[in-house]
Order: sequence, then C-alpha cells, then structure tokens
Amino acid sequence: MKDASPAKIYALHIGVIALLFALNFVLPDYHQGLFARIMALAVFAMGYNLLFGYVGLLSLGHAMFFSAGLYGAGLAVYQLGWGVPEAFVAGVACGALLALVIGLLALRTSGVAFMIVTMMFAQVFYLLILYFAAWTGGDQGLVIQQPSRIIAIGGASLDLTNPTVRYMSALALFSVVLLITLVLVRSRFGRVLVAIRENEERTKMLGYDTVANKLVAVVASGAICAASGAAYALLFGYIGSSFASVQYSILPLLWVLLGGAATILGPLIGTLFMYYVTDITSGFTSAYLLIVGVALILLVLFFPKGVLGSVRQRWLGWLP
Amino acid sequence: MPLLTTKGLSRRFGGLRAVDGVDFALMPGEIRAIIGPNGAGKTTFVSLLSGRIRPSSGMIVFDGADITTMPAYKRVRLGVAYTFQITSVFANLTAYDNVALPVQRTLTDGRSKGQVRSGVMAALERTGLADRAGTPAGQLSYGHQRLLEVAMGLALRPRLLILDEPTQGLADSEIDNFVLLVREIAKHATVLLIEHNMPVVMQLADRITVFNSGKILAEGTPEQIRANAEVQDAYLGATHG
Ligand SMILES: Nc1ncnc2c1ncn2[C@@H]1O[C@H](COP(=O)(O)OP(=O)(O)O)[C@@H](O)[C@H]1O
Ligand SMILES: [Mg+2]
Repeated sequence: MKDASPAKIYALHIGVIALLFALNFVLPDYHQGLFARIMALAVFAMGYNLLFGYVGLLSLGHAMFFSAGLYGAGLAVYQLGWGVPEAFVAGVACGALLALVIGLLALRTSGVAFMIVTMMFAQVFYLLILYFAAWTGGDQGLVIQQPSRIIAIGGASLDLTNPTVRYMSALALFSVVLLITLVLVRSRFGRVLVAIRENEERTKMLGYDTVANKLVAVVASGAICAASGAAYALLFGYIGSSFASVQYSILPLLWVLLGGAATILGPLIGTLFMYYVTDITSGFTSAYLLIVGVALILLVLFFPKGVLGSVRQRWLGWLP
Repeated sequence: MPLLTTKGLSRRFGGLRAVDGVDFALMPGEIRAIIGPNGAGKTTFVSLLSGRIRPSSGMIVFDGADITTMPAYKRVRLGVAYTFQITSVFANLTAYDNVALPVQRTLTDGRSKGQVRSGVMAALERTGLADRAGTPAGQLSYGHQRLLEVAMGLALRPRLLILDEPTQGLADSEIDNFVLLVREIAKHATVLLIEHNMPVVMQLADRITVFNSGKILAEGTPEQIRANAEVQDAYLGATHG
C-alpha cells in the first residue's frame, strides 16, 4: 500500500455510501429495486474478494456460504416462524459455522486442489438442499410472504417489502460490510493476509501461523457471504436451490475480477456493471448473453486487473 | 550453556547426504561463521535449524528445549530468525510493509513495545533504507534487497540471527557498512553467518566452522582455521589461491 492519509481513504468510501443513499431518492422505481439487489449481492462479492483478492485463495464453492445464509435465514422465518433480526443472525451463524468446517478441511490443500475441494463441498450442499426438498422446497423454492418480512420495533414496524425500506436495508448492510472490510484489510491482520498471498513460505518464516490466519479469513469470508444470502432471502422473499448451484459460485468470481480483485470498491463496481450490461442488452436482443460475453472479453483485454485494479495501477496508487 | 546444539543432525535428498551427522554447538553472544565450498550443505544445515526443512534424523536443542519437530513459525517466535540466501522479500509490497510484518509479530507476542511505525523506521534506519520506505521491494537494487532481508531479520528481535550469504552481490562500500551492522546486531543477539567473502569472515567471526560434503571438517578461531592445512586444501586454497 502506498502512503495515503487515512482521512482521504475514509472520505472516499463514506462518499460512495452517501451517493448510494442519495440515489434512493432520484432513481426510478425499477432501478431503485435493481440497485437494492446489486448492493445485497455486492456484499457477496466483497466476502468473496476478501478470500480471493487479499489472501489469494480461489474458491469455486462460495455459493454454499451464500445459500447457507439464504436458507439459514429463510427457513428460520418460513419453517420456524422466527422474526427477521433473529433469522438474519441465524443465517450469518450458519455461514460462519459451515465456513469453519469447510476451512478446516479444505485448507489442507491449496491451488487447484483447493478449487476442486471447495467445488465438491458446494455440490454436496446443493444436493442436500434438493434431497431435503420437503423442508427446503427443493428446486421450486419457497416464497416468504410479506407478513413474515416485517420487523416490529416497539410500536413501529419496518416492512421489508416496501421499496425504500428494502433499499435502505440493503444499503445499511452494504455500508457495514464495506467499512468492516476496509478496516480489516488496513489492519495488521490484513497485512498478514496479503503477505500470505504474495509468499506463504516467507510469511511462515516471519513467525506467522499461516494456516490459522487463512482459517480466520475463510470464516470471515463465509460469514460475509452468508450475510448477503440472509439479506437476499429476507429482502426479496424467495429462497431456491438455484442460489446454491455452481453458477452462484462463479458469479462472485466474475464480479470481483471485473471490478478489481483486492480493491475495496471493486466488488460493487463489478456487480453493478454485470447487472446493468445484462439488463440493458437483454432489453433489445435475445442474444444478450453473447453481448455480455463480448463485454467481458473486452474488459479483460483492456483492464486485466479489473476496473479499479487498473485505475489503481495507472492513476490512484493509494486506493485500498 | 550453549544457545543452540545439534546432535547427529542429518538430511538426505534421495541418495545424497546433504547434511551428515552434524554435532554442533553455538555459545550465546558469539558471531559464528560457516564456510565451505558450494554444495557443502551449509544452506541445508541452517534450514534445518530454522525449521524450513525437516531433518532425516538427529536432534536440535535451542535454549534447552528440543525444537527438532517444532514448526518454523514457532521457532521464529522463540527467537530464531533466518534470512534467505536467495532474496525472498515481498516484491510487490513496499519496504515499509516488508518490515512491518516482523515488527507487528513481535508486538503481538509482547516481545517488543511501541508502535509499528517507529519499530519499522528504526529497522530501516539501521540498514540505511529509511529513505526508501515507500518503494516496492521489487524495485530496490539487489544490494538494497539484501539489506531489506537483514532489516526483516533484525525486526524479528531474534536471539539467534541466521544470515545466509548476506554480502553476496553487495558493492564494497556496502560490505563495509554491513560489517558494522553485524557488529551492532551481535551486541544483542547471537549471529550465525554463512559467508564466502573471507575478509568479512576474518573481521567478524569469533569462531569459524568449516563444512565439506555435509560434515564439519574443522572448527576454531580465525587464526586456527587460517593455519589448518586440511581447510587450505579443501576450501581456502582452492578458491582463494
Ligand atoms: N531441496 C533439495 N533437493 C535436492 N537436493 C538438494 C536440495 N537442497 C539442496 N540440495 C543438495 O544438497 C547439497 C547441499 O546444498 P546446500 O545446502 O545448498 O549447499 P551450500 O549452501 O553449502 O552451497 C547440494 O548438493 C544440493 O544440490
Ligand atoms: Mg547455500
């Protein structure tokens, strides 16, 4: 990291949060909804980036952490009748616990083996959701109705199906996770994670238990991705097995690569970009996936380090 | 009591006995040089001490504790620091961040106090790199990367600092500064130095251990080693005519 005043760094990120806040009041209804979805999913990308970008561990199984949160929270509401806050906490806890177990097993491997092992575990998780279809709703999924998505606070109540409440809830989660990851990667722990990415052997020889550090990172990453899944279930009211499929393990990788791995705002930019390119192109052609593919190839050609990664390399060396 | 001893320490690579039954003792506070021809097993020997590789047989005792099977990172926390023969700084991180890693380690362990920043700047100043704190390590000159490697070792606050050919690739003026630096370090730590540059060895070492074919060929004061005929044949005579 180049020298930059912390004030400048925090000002930039709080500025982005303020901008997103203001957008709520100017965006047309349709885009307000899309942005809420993008912010919730950007949290997924940020959790993925923590492990992939900063520690250099490429997982192909993060759909299981996202859906651990999705189902943890969704089923707590749907099957157990829990309130929204408790369900959210349950979702995050499910993801963190799962990440702990998967981390203990998968961190015995590295590189390609790590990719394969995480993918296999995610596949098992996906099949379990289908197997317990009676409870999870299987590939049909479950719809969480409006009455279950209202938070009662004293006398007042917050209805998560209300577009503005939904937007602000997604923004709140996004902001908290953005600031947590910002503080994390600028901390001593973050410095160790980057050192592991750059040269794990050398890091050991400086007195660091690299496996323990990686395990903490896996759990943090899993918990953040689960928070995204839990929020998604509660804000949008649908849980289904497609969220646990391989596609949802690849998506965060794409978002992060596009926006810029190991940048704090890259995951948001990548998610935003992918969503809008898909949205715009699907509006006027049925071959939109082709256009998305071409856009991806162009981006990788001209911004090999992702949008923010290239910006940092060329102009803003101080970006965290 | 010695700070470090090895008994019958051996390491095989396939059929090759890189280190072959070495009995070795190092007293606290001394500067010990290890010399010997290329391929003698010097790097392998110190790698065994640091825990970077595992011995095939034998035993290592540090400060009275058997550390033979202890993972490398725990040895570092006990005070065994190793600087690599092949420069192995974090090329994409700044010199500052390279040194911050060992500094914050000792702060976490409670082996040192204060701020990361002051600890880092102190280590960079001792090695003459303070004005390059913000430079990515990969963009430093080779000599400066060697010094950065030493700064990282220093910042670990070692009780035993192992330096593997630290002057390799340094200019003569840099070597003079380096000799002063090692003397400075030796006030607080035991130094084990693998070195090819004989003037440096003769200036610094309290004692010299000569390796050949994985075994200790001779050991003694610089004068004794200079006078030793076997050493002359095996090493000094051959390479320094
Ligand atoms: N990882 C390894 N695998 C196989 N052989 C090795 C390995 N490391 C060192 N050797 C061999 O062990 C012998 C001693 O090497 P080394 O300890 O590097 O010697 P020195 O540092 O004294 O030059 C050499 O013959 C070298 O080729
Ligand atoms: Mg060597």
